[in-house]
Amino acid sequence: MTFSLTNLANPTRFLNFAGTVIPWLAALTVLLLGVGLYQAVFVAPTDYQQGETVRIMYIHVPAAWVGMGCYAVIAIAALGTLIWRHPLADVAAKAAAPIGAAFTFVILVTGSLWGKPMWGTYWVWDARLTSLLVLFLLYLGLIALWQSIEDPGRAGRAAAILALVGAVNLPIIKFSVDWWNTLHQPASVFRTGGSTIDPALLTPLFVMGGAFLALFVLLHLIAMRAEILRRRVRVLQQTQVQQAQIAQAARA
Amino acid sequence: MKAVLALVRRDIALSFREGGAIGVALGFYLVVVAIAPFGLGPDLNLLARVAPGLLWIALLLAALLSADRIFHNDYEDGSLDVLAMGPLPLAGVAASKSLAHWVTTCVPLALLAPVLGLLLNFPIHTIPLLVLAMLAGTPAVSFIAGIGASLTLGLRRSGLLIALLVLPLYVPVLIFGVSTISAAVTDPVRLGRRFMLCAISLASMVLAPLAAAAALRTGFR
Repeated sequence: MTFSLTNLANPTRFLNFAGTVIPWLAALTVLLLGVGLYQAVFVAPTDYQQGETVRIMYIHVPAAWVGMGCYAVIAIAALGTLIWRHPLADVAAKAAAPIGAAFTFVILVTGSLWGKPMWGTYWVWDARLTSLLVLFLLYLGLIALWQSIEDPGRAGRAAAILALVGAVNLPIIKFSVDWWNTLHQPASVFRTGGSTIDPALLTPLFVMGGAFLALFVLLHLIAMRAEILRRRVRVLQQTQVQQAQIAQAARA
Repeated sequence: MKAVLALVRRDIALSFREGGAIGVALGFYLVVVAIAPFGLGPDLNLLARVAPGLLWIALLLAALLSADRIFHNDYEDGSLDVLAMGPLPLAGVAASKSLAHWVTTCVPLALLAPVLGLLLNFPIHTIPLLVLAMLAGTPAVSFIAGIGASLTLGLRRSGLLIALLVLPLYVPVLIFGVSTISAAVTDPVRLGRRFMLCAISLASMVLAPLAAAAALRTGFR
């Protein structure tokens, strides 16, 4: 992994790499999503208690894996920005934040759509829901910070610090929310028997997990490519403005 | 240590002589708590039940009002550059400025809280505990606000941005701050949880200045 990471530090080499990988990855994503969705919707049996609504799980759970894993990607990229000054680390973190926010949003939406028929309400202040909501807010804060700082270098380092502060805080938030919830709501009836999932349900779930992972990597590569190109355009515009100013000064 | 004390004393003196800021924060705190019954209804039992949470949330918002001032003035007039080059490590500068914010903003707010608690029918015998819990929890508020202030230094609309960045990080303070107070009202056995509040404050006082100093360095260049 380090081999490829150091190799890809050069943005041009990264763009070439992304250009060759993206079509293959897109094909893989479509294939996995197709197989996974077909299995999830048509093949997988319905749950004896939840009925058809169990199928929401095939979107919800993989989105949860990716949405939370994405924050880990950002935190590692933040270390890369601050410690090794890897030139693509802050591009990676910046590209990952909106994707993570989107996946977290999908978790919250599918969760509440599932919650309505199952729990009778779209939203409960269950510990898991609440800590995911806080995660979503952290993503929004990161995106807002990137949007507010014009200079990409400073924005990258500031966001990296915020991402690490968030990474330190997330376990504390998780712990305190768990504790808060059990104080107010001692009987947490909303735990479905996670470990007792039937293999017939589990296979499509893992296929969907693979599909979402491929989708994440695909979107991430595309977003990183777009960000690198955006920075190049920015530099080009700046040099154009400078040259115009120099030309104007020479004329005057 | 002497430099830290001198810096804290200077910041406190500055903010008192500048005037206004503390009064505005206190007034904001009063207004937020005063309009809450219009939204929730005048039922005194209900107000007493929501009082701890309401007092804490309003305090967080009032403390954040002045958070963008933690480094702003010194950044504008260049004193921050001088401080950065001085003998005191930048984390020490960040720590003393956050401490000054705590003394000038959070302590007055915590001292105003009992009066507002009376408006909300908060039981009188637990008021000393209310103040103690707020004094124990607010160092975390000021020091984490210091991270937000240093990240957004020199940006437009930095005040709003600080709130968006920092409020999610206040979730543990809020949870343990409120539970300490409500535990005192309903169930004194659970009072041991107040140590969690102190732990969060102490940890933020150690760790937050390091993050704030790193963030300040990205702003300099």
